[in-house]
Parts: sequence; C-alpha cells; structure tokens
Amino acid sequence: MSQQAAPAAAGGNRAGMKKELPEHFKAYKHVWVFIEMERGVVHPVSWELLGEGRKLADKLGVELAGALLAGPGEATQAAVKDCFEYGADLVYLMEDPILADYRNQTYAASLTDLVNTHKPEILLLGATNLGRDLAGTVATTLATGLTADCTELAIDHEGSLAATRPTFGGTLLCTIHTLNFRPQMATVRPRVMAMPERQEGREGRVVPHSLALEESSIITKILDFIADANIEKAQLAYADIVVAGGMGLGRQENFKLVQDLAAVLGAEYGCSRPVVQKGWMPAERQIGQTGKTIRPRLYIAAGISGAIQHRVGVEGSDIILAINTDPNATIFEFAHMGIVGDALQILPALTEAFRRRLAVNRMAG
Amino acid sequence: MSETFDAIVIGAGPSGNACAYVLAKSGLNVLQIERGEYSGSKNVQGAILYADALERIIPDFREDAPLERHIVEQRMWILDDKAHVGGHYRSDAFNEEKPNRYTIIRAQFDKWFNRKVREAGALVVCETTVTELIKDGKGKVIGVRTDREDGEVYADVVVMADGVNALVGSRSGIKKEVAPETVALAVKEMHFLPQDVIESRFNIGEEEGVVIEVAGSVTVGMVGTAFLYTNKESIAIGIGCLVSDFTEAQVRPAFLLEKFKNHPSIKPLLAGSEVKEYAAHLIPEGGLPAVPQLFGDGWMIVGDAAQFVNAVHREGSNLAMTSGRLAAETIIDAKKAGKPMSASVLSAYKKALENSFVLKDLHKYRRLPKVLHHNKHFFTDYPRLLSSAAETMLRVDGEDKRSKEKKVTKSFRSTRSLGGLIGDMFNLARAFR
Amino acid sequence: MNIVVCIKQVPDSAQIRVHPVTNTIMRQGVPTIINPYDLFSLEAALQLRDQVGGKVIVLTMGPPMAEDALRKAMGIGADKAVLLTDRFFAGSDTLATSYALSMAISKIAETEGPVDMVFCGKQTIDGDTAQVGPGIACRLGLNQLTYITSIESLDAAKREITVQRRAEGGVQVLKTALPVMVTMLEGSNVVRRGSMPNVLRAAREPITILNAAKAGIEDLTRCGLKGSPTVVKKVFAPKPRADKAKLVETANRSNTDIANDAVEAIFAAAPKLHTDLLGRVAQA
Ligand SMILES: Cc1cc2nc3c(=O)[nH]c(=O)nc-3n(C[C@H](O)[C@H](O)[C@H](O)COP(=O)(O)OP(=O)(O)OC[C@H]3O[C@@H](n4cnc5c(N)ncnc54)[C@H](O)[C@@H]3O)c2cc1C
Ligand SMILES: Cc1cc2nc3c(=O)[nH]c(=O)nc-3n(C[C@H](O)[C@H](O)[C@H](O)COP(=O)(O)OP(=O)(O)OC[C@H]3O[C@@H](n4cnc5c(N)ncnc54)[C@H](O)[C@@H]3O)c2cc1C
Ligand SMILES: Nc1ncnc2c1ncn2[C@@H]1O[C@H](COP(=O)(O)O)[C@@H](O)[C@H]1O
Repeated sequence: MSQQAAPAAAGGNRAGMKKELPEHFKAYKHVWVFIEMERGVVHPVSWELLGEGRKLADKLGVELAGALLAGPGEATQAAVKDCFEYGADLVYLMEDPILADYRNQTYAASLTDLVNTHKPEILLLGATNLGRDLAGTVATTLATGLTADCTELAIDHEGSLAATRPTFGGTLLCTIHTLNFRPQMATVRPRVMAMPERQEGREGRVVPHSLALEESSIITKILDFIADANIEKAQLAYADIVVAGGMGLGRQENFKLVQDLAAVLGAEYGCSRPVVQKGWMPAERQIGQTGKTIRPRLYIAAGISGAIQHRVGVEGSDIILAINTDPNATIFEFAHMGIVGDALQILPALTEAFRRRLAVNRMAG
Repeated sequence: MSETFDAIVIGAGPSGNACAYVLAKSGLNVLQIERGEYSGSKNVQGAILYADALERIIPDFREDAPLERHIVEQRMWILDDKAHVGGHYRSDAFNEEKPNRYTIIRAQFDKWFNRKVREAGALVVCETTVTELIKDGKGKVIGVRTDREDGEVYADVVVMADGVNALVGSRSGIKKEVAPETVALAVKEMHFLPQDVIESRFNIGEEEGVVIEVAGSVTVGMVGTAFLYTNKESIAIGIGCLVSDFTEAQVRPAFLLEKFKNHPSIKPLLAGSEVKEYAAHLIPEGGLPAVPQLFGDGWMIVGDAAQFVNAVHREGSNLAMTSGRLAAETIIDAKKAGKPMSASVLSAYKKALENSFVLKDLHKYRRLPKVLHHNKHFFTDYPRLLSSAAETMLRVDGEDKRSKEKKVTKSFRSTRSLGGLIGDMFNLARAFR
Repeated sequence: MNIVVCIKQVPDSAQIRVHPVTNTIMRQGVPTIINPYDLFSLEAALQLRDQVGGKVIVLTMGPPMAEDALRKAMGIGADKAVLLTDRFFAGSDTLATSYALSMAISKIAETEGPVDMVFCGKQTIDGDTAQVGPGIACRLGLNQLTYITSIESLDAAKREITVQRRAEGGVQVLKTALPVMVTMLEGSNVVRRGSMPNVLRAAREPITILNAAKAGIEDLTRCGLKGSPTVVKKVFAPKPRADKAKLVETANRSNTDIANDAVEAIFAAAPKLHTDLLGRVAQA
C-alpha cells in the first residue's frame, strides 16, 4: 500500500508482464512534452524536457512534440518558436484566453482531449506544482500509469519508458514502467536534465487544436494573482542564493551573522527545524522536508548537521557550501564545498570576503 | 472535565508496562501516560532481556515478542590499550526450549509490551509529559498534572515508572534529585551487519547470541564498563561511566566510545558495519544506598526511578518489571480488600520487594559502588598488570617460568603496595559478599 | 459540514536503512509517523470545522497498524476515524490508491452525509508522488485546490471557498464551489496539540474499519497490484556520491584567507552566478 515504493512481486501481477499491447493502444505514437507556460513565461523545465524527449524520440524513431496550452499573444508565438529551436518537431497548440492562467479544470480537460485525439505513447511534464497538479488528474482520467518526480528517463530494450525516481526521501531509487497502458506518463524534476543546446532557426509544424470550453462552464475563478515581488514574506523557495543557520550557531543573536551574509549577497536566509522550534526564527524560514524546499544556485549552510529531512529540502541546490566544526558531519556528504570551522568566525569572514570581492570588481568593471 | 481512574502509571518503559499490564489484566481502570512518541521511542538499553521476570507477567511472551537472539555465550574481558584478558562461558545447555536470556531492541520490545498493555484494557496516552503530582489538602497524591490543555487526571493511586531521572517525584517533593555519583552515563551505537556475517564472526547459529562484558582501561580510569551484544542484524555496543567521573575527568562520552570501538580486540568485530543510532542514557548505579522512599499516601515508585539496577550483573529491566508487577499486585490486593491506598496499605509493596531478588541483590552489593568509586585502580592499573602478566607468561622466549612469575609479582607490587593490593582484594571480596 | 482528511502512515525517513545485500528497505523497527505534510491539511480542516461546525473524519488506507496514525489524528482533534484495510490493496500504486480511497469516501458519505471537502497532504514522504489527492478529486468530481498557502474564506451557506494557491512566481487567489479537494502547502499553519480530554477520547473511541467489500468495491481488479498500471521493475540504492565536499584548507590559516578561498571556489564553480551578482551590485 505504498505508492510505487515496494517492488512488485514477481509474477502474479497482470500489469507486471509485458504483453502484446491491446489493439486500441497501438495507435499511440510519438513523444510529447507538456510545455508549461504561465502568465507568458515558459518554465525552463519544459526546455530541459524537450532535450531529454529528443533523445527518447530518436531512440524510438518517432517524432517529438510540444503540447502548448496558453492564452493568445506574442509570448505564445515566441514559445512555439522556442519549442522548435529546443528540438520539437511539431507543436500541438491550444490557444485561448481561458488558458492564460492555469486552472486544473481547463488544463486537464484540454490536455486529455489533446491526448485522446493525437495519441502520444509518452507524455512528459515538469514535476512542478502545475505539472504535478495537472498530471495527476490527466493520468486518472486516462486510467494510465504516471511516475512522479523522475530523475532519469530511458527506453528499455522492449521499447518501453523506464522512469527512475527517488523514493523514501532519496534513500532508494526505483525504476518504474507502464507496460500495458498508454500513454506512459512521467513528471520530471526540474534542473535534473541538462538544458539542451538551442538550434537557432530550427523549424517545425504547428498543429492547432481548439478548446471546447466556455468560461461560464468553469467553476473555479481566478480573482487575483499576487506576484512574489509584491509579497513581503520570505521567498526562500524561489531565491537564487540562500544562507541558513542551524543549531550549531548556538544562540538566537548569532543568526544576525546569517542575515548579514545574506544581505551582502542579496540572498534569502533560512534555518533548520530545531531553530524554528526554539523560536529563534519564524516557521516560514524553515528549510527541509517539513519546511521549504529550495533550489538556489548557491546554498550556504552554517552549523547544520545535514539530517535527511534537511537534506531533501536542499539537494536541488547547484552549489552547497557547508560550514561545520565537525569534519564528520553528514552535511559534508552531500555539500559540494566545505569549511571545517566555527561558523561564528567563518560567517563574518565570508561576509567580508564577498563584500570585498563584489566591490573590487565593480570598481574594476 | 476530569476523570478518575483506579490507577495512573507514569511512563511506559519495562516497569511501567509491567505495572499497567498486571493492573489492567485484573480489570482495573488504568491510565498510562508516556512522554515519548510511543513506548520505547526514548528508551535506550543494551539490551539483554531476562526471561524470568517477563515470564511471570506474560507466560507465553515468546510467541510474539520481538526477540533478537538467545544468549549461548558470555565473554568477560578486561582490556588494556592493546590486549584483552578474559574468560568465556559457552554452553549448549542455553539452547533450551525456553531460553533464559535474549538480546532485544528496546524500541521494538517496548512497543510490543505496550501493545499488550493496551490489549489488556489500559488506556495509553503518549506524547504527554506528567509535570507533577496533584495532592489533596492532607498531602495524599490524588492525580497528575500533564503538559496538555485541561491536563489534570485523577486516580486512587499513582505509580511513578518514569525512569532514572524520576523528575516527577523530585519535582513533587517526595524524593531528592538524583546525585551525579549515583548515576552512570552510557552511550550506545547500533552497528548493522548482514545476519550471516554476524553469525560467522561470532561463531554462532541462526538464533544464538553472544554477550561481551568489558572493563578496563577503555574507561580511562573512570568507574565504568562497556558491552557488546549481538542482535539479529546488528551489534549493540556501548560504554558507560559515572556522571561525576565524566565531569571530573572532562572526558566526552563519545570519545570513550570511539576509543572502545577502535580497540584492536573490538574493531575486527565491527568491521564493515553501518552505524545508525547514537544514543545516550543514564543508568542508576547508586545501589541500595541510593534507593528512595518507595511508597506513600497514594503513590509508589518502581524501576529505574527507584534506582533498582544491579550494576554488577548489568541487570535493570528485570528489576524494573518485577517491581512494576509487585506494585501492581499490592494495588490489586488493596482494591480487593476494599482498603484505601494509604502509605500503610502500600507498604506491602516494600515487603514484597524485600522478599524478592530485587532488594536482596541490591543488599548483597550495597558496598560495591563505594568500593569502586574509591579504588580507581580497578580501572587503571589492574587491567594493565593483568595484560602484561598474561603476555609475559605466554611469550616463549627462553626465560624460565619461575623468573617470569617473579617478574609478574614484582610488577604488581611495584604498582600497588602489598597493603594496597590486599586491601583492594579484601574490599572487593567484601563488596561482593 | 463533513470534511474528510486523508492521512498516510509512513516510515520515518530519517531512520530508514537499505539492506546492504538485498537492497530492500529494512522496515523492521523503523518507527512510523503520520506523513508530515498531512498534518498541515489536518490542521486546516480542524480550523474550518471550528469555524463553521461539522465533523472532521480522518481516513487512511493501510495495514491494521495504521490505526495508530488514526488515533493520533483523533488526539489532535479529528472527530472520527476510518481505516481502509484489505490484503487486496497491497501493492497499490497511486491510481489504485486513489480509486480505493475515493470509494471509501463515497461510503463515508452514505453514513455521515455528503462530504463537502476532502483534504490530502501535498505529497507523502515515502511515495512522494503528490498524485493521490488529484486522483481522488478527479474520481469524485471535486474541484481541485492544490498547494494552498491559505484559506481566505469559506462560505458554508453559499458553498464557496476562496484560497491562495502557490504558483510559479506568485500566488493565485482562487474562488471555487464546494465540494473541493484541498492540499495544503507545508508551513501554512502550525499543528495544534490536542487537549487531555481529546487524547483520552482518541484512545477509547472505536475506529470504523472497512475492507474492500464494506467500502463498496466490487471490482477487485482495480485494486492493489492488479489495478496498478505502473510496475516497479528495479529498486536500488543510489551510488554514493564519490566526491564528498571539497574542503577548504584551514590548517594554520586565518579566517580571512579561508573565506577568500571559499569565495574563489564558489565563483570558479559558478562563473555565471558571479557575473549576475556583479550585475545586481552594479544596478544597485
Ligand atoms: C518528521 C520530521 C520532519 C523534520 N523536518 C525537518 C525539516 O523540514 N528541516 C530540518 O532542518 N529538520 C527537520 N527535521 C529535524 C532533523 O531531523 C534534524 O533534527 C535537524 O535538521 C537538525 O538541525 P541542525 O542541523 O540545525 O541541528 P543539530 O543536529 O544539532 O546539528 C548542529 C550542527 O552544528 C555543528 N556545530 C556546532 N557548533 C558549531 C559552530 N560553532 N560552527 C559550525 N558548526 C557547528 C555541529 O557539529 C552539528 O553538526 C525533521 C525531523 C522529523 C522527525
Ligand atoms: C546503555 C544501557 C544498557 C542497559 N543494558 C541493560 C541490559 O542489558 N539488561 C537490563 O536488564 N537492563 C539494562 N539496562 C537498564 C534498563 O534499561 C533499565 O533498568 C530499565 O529500562 C528501567 O525501566 P523503567 O521502566 O524503570 O525506566 P525506563 O525504561 O527509563 O522508562 C521510563 C519511561 O517513562 C517515561 N517518562 C519519563 N518521565 C516522564 C514523565 N514526566 N511523564 C511521562 N512519561 C515519562 C520515559 O519516556 C520512559 O519511556 C541498561 C541501561 C542502559 C542505559
Ligand atoms: N494509503 C493512503 N491512505 C490515505 N491517504 C493517502 C494514502 N496514500 C496517499 N494518501 C493521501 O494522498 C496524499 C499524497 O500522497 P502521494 O501521492 O503518495 O504523494 C497524501 O499526503 C495523503 O493525504
């Protein structure tokens, strides 16, 4: 009773054996990537997926398509062009004002309709909030398999999608197949697949598909959109650089050192859970499994031991620098760089070093 | 709203579980309150389970209790820095139908025991800390206060099974706080290894287990011992010393454990293992002199909270379970007789303890804590002397045996005066008598 | 108002070990907890109940020992608990799980009256899929509100709810009609601690136990392994990263030197970050 966590018992499992695909699934061909576009912006994971999808399509000898649902406008046209340049052979385009903002009902109905009409054998989405919200509904409606939050995709010798993903917070990896149902669906973790090379001027076909929905039949209404720029609260999850402190800082006052470094870097700051439990920082600053998941380009962790619940929240960071007095601290097992030393000494030194480095170059530049 | 129970048991370790189980089995309305997330979540123990104490409570416990291995071999080692001297006892007689000792993993065992308590009909509430006892105007204990909202609950009698720190009692002014020289701090690690590796490394069969008890220079002169037990797929290893010694010697417990693990006699036993679970816990080692008042109007103390540990034989959980059972039986008898839970009625508990091995054994070793505390040679000089004596005698190098014997005697004499030597032996013998 | 909160009992991820030889999860002795994400949803449900009245019913599908999780949830404040348990459910993937849970929710509606809201956790920490909630919503035709950061208002009479939902680059303010399926974002509230009378009630209260038949499931091929289109073909431990953290040389060096080295190393590894930072500084 654990989703995709336990290995299926060998035999005794209908789905577990690859059979001749039922007749009605044989028409399912080609690899699709759902192009996630919200408010005029395409999520970079979509390009990463086109790069990965290209490899899968080539292996299978089929076409790679982007499925783009968006409001009409220049941005949408630009996105179509981008799809081709990132490797798509064609784009299924559903363009309608109703699709300008994401809503589960409109997107799920549209994508399901698109799939039922054009029948892809593989459908990939980003494992973003939007992608996971949408994929869960579409897969349920289509009654097909969906593998969540994958970190590796491949085509096996029988031509089926082998989707590998972490479970139990990354303690284990498992490879999951959808053998007897179509399409084979997967959501893929952002920033795991490489960004593909852009091929300027590459072209492809646009296949328009019309929307069969009226605004009046849509139950959920969007009252407002509050951009992050207008929100006062910590925007940890989306910050480029994050500096965090743990129990190793010893006292509430010492978190000033974390904030000072963050200020110099224009970064957000955060902390481990016990720091919140102590009341030294507000709950919205907590990083980790039961706090925020962050994916910054640089994460600096001072006085944090690196417990698994903290680790799962920061693993997506491009670079992790850990500062810890204990050379055996587990954080050094997944950090990229480390300083074995007293954070109370190192943090101010780092603040100074960054300040100097950024200032010097400004004068030089 | 508040409820009144026949009895409230504070804590769900071996003593609390034993007590609550026996009470609930007899049909009393029992509330058990545990601070941890579940019974066993906060508990640390080596751990050896002595079957007899449990058998008297749950005769068929072997059917479903989570037992790791039964012990077929006991090793006693005295270590110096590079060697161990010692004895083994191994017997096929221990492969009996109802083995006498088992290794267990406390988190699992306590959970199982607590499930039995619930099945027996007691109400168990976890993640709730008892902060103090509630007394009536005459000083009789009538209930407990907890850290939850609307957290007062009432009962005819409250049994404190809250472990070594026994804060409930000291906070409520019915006992003193524990003194640092009467408690040892033990640190422990679990080392995971595949089952077949453990069995070949210790030369044992599928269900069989080994215990190694260790004393000597690993404790860098402090009063303490170390141990190693085999579980099914893990090895429990730990070391403990008196808290007062740790403070005085400024040694970190983790350092001691590292030292122990890296001892040439121990290291190969652990090679290739994956370490999980570092834990630290106190053990009451004050012996009889440290035992507090055990009962009063509306209250009783059992288990570690009453300092019921036999440090010499490393027994604790059996004293805990036995005292829990005896407390429960006292309550049941009083209930049946329709008597109030007054100090005089509950004094039957102490009599029962005196008639059991619990107070008899503690009485036997009553002098030992003091002897060891005042004769640190047992942990410094003697291990080294024993080891070099053994080495001298075993090394074949052309020297005649008589000269070797003389050398050994001399080394003992030069380290410790004859009077000192004899005195140590005498004290030790007396303490064991 | 009837609110169902789906909770799952999961192994505490901090204490999971992988068997070195067989590469399987060693569950024995690993303590279980309520999936931490579910607690944020439970708390949100309790707050709504306290506000507009009604019942919070916790539901879990799992082995008999999942009862512990249900009792814990009642101790926190849930009014009723339902355990969906049957060997036919073993090996369920998200499609089969959401099927079984949605059937159980329909059954609950038969005895308790219509279910107005279903809460799920954002995701579990073992399966980690975030698919079961949307699956339930889809099957029961509930309006779906995932990644909710706050519930702004609930009008029980008009059957309308307004929420803030975490989206890319900002927060959507959405208004929709009941019945709904909601998943709360972590950190969106602080889980309460149940009072003593509550935990006493939770320890005593009987729990409704449903097997497949009692949940009204007739087609067992939609449950468990049989009803799961996904197949786990391989489970393996990740390769330990060969390169542990590169340590900055610290022996006999000043903090300033150490810090300078660290800054150099960072910018060497991420030159673009360096230029972007300089750009930002220049703009400021
Ligand atoms: C269900 C559950 C969910 C959880 N969710 C989260 C979560 O979301 N986020 C989270 O963070 N935790 C979470 N935890 C807690 C987690 O298990 C750890 O307890 C926590 O991450 C430890 O925080 P820490 O590293 O700050 O503190 P500690 O573990 O106490 O580590 C402090 C570290 O600081 C080092 N240190 C000490 N002094 C100094 C100094 N002067 N300079 C530098 N280093 C120093 C020490 O060597 C040590 O490594 C969760 C736990 C559970 C059970
Ligand atoms: C390292 C080590 C090795 C040991 N090895 C052995 C061995 O091999 N064999 C053996 O027989 N004994 C051994 N012992 C001793 C044995 O563990 C104890 O004697 C035994 O656990 C005592 O049981 P207890 O129920 O009295 O206390 P505990 O097991 O300590 O249980 C007390 C319980 O009360 C709870 N509690 C405490 N305060 C409160 C409160 N205020 N409110 C609510 N709940 C509370 C605690 O959370 C705990 O669950 C060992 C001990 C240690 C530390
Ligand atoms: N077996 C289950 N029983 C009850 N609820 C579940 C179960 N599995 C998943 N859920 C709910 O669905 C959410 C998402 O789970 P998952 O899709 O596994 O990440 C969880 O947070 C729970 O609220």
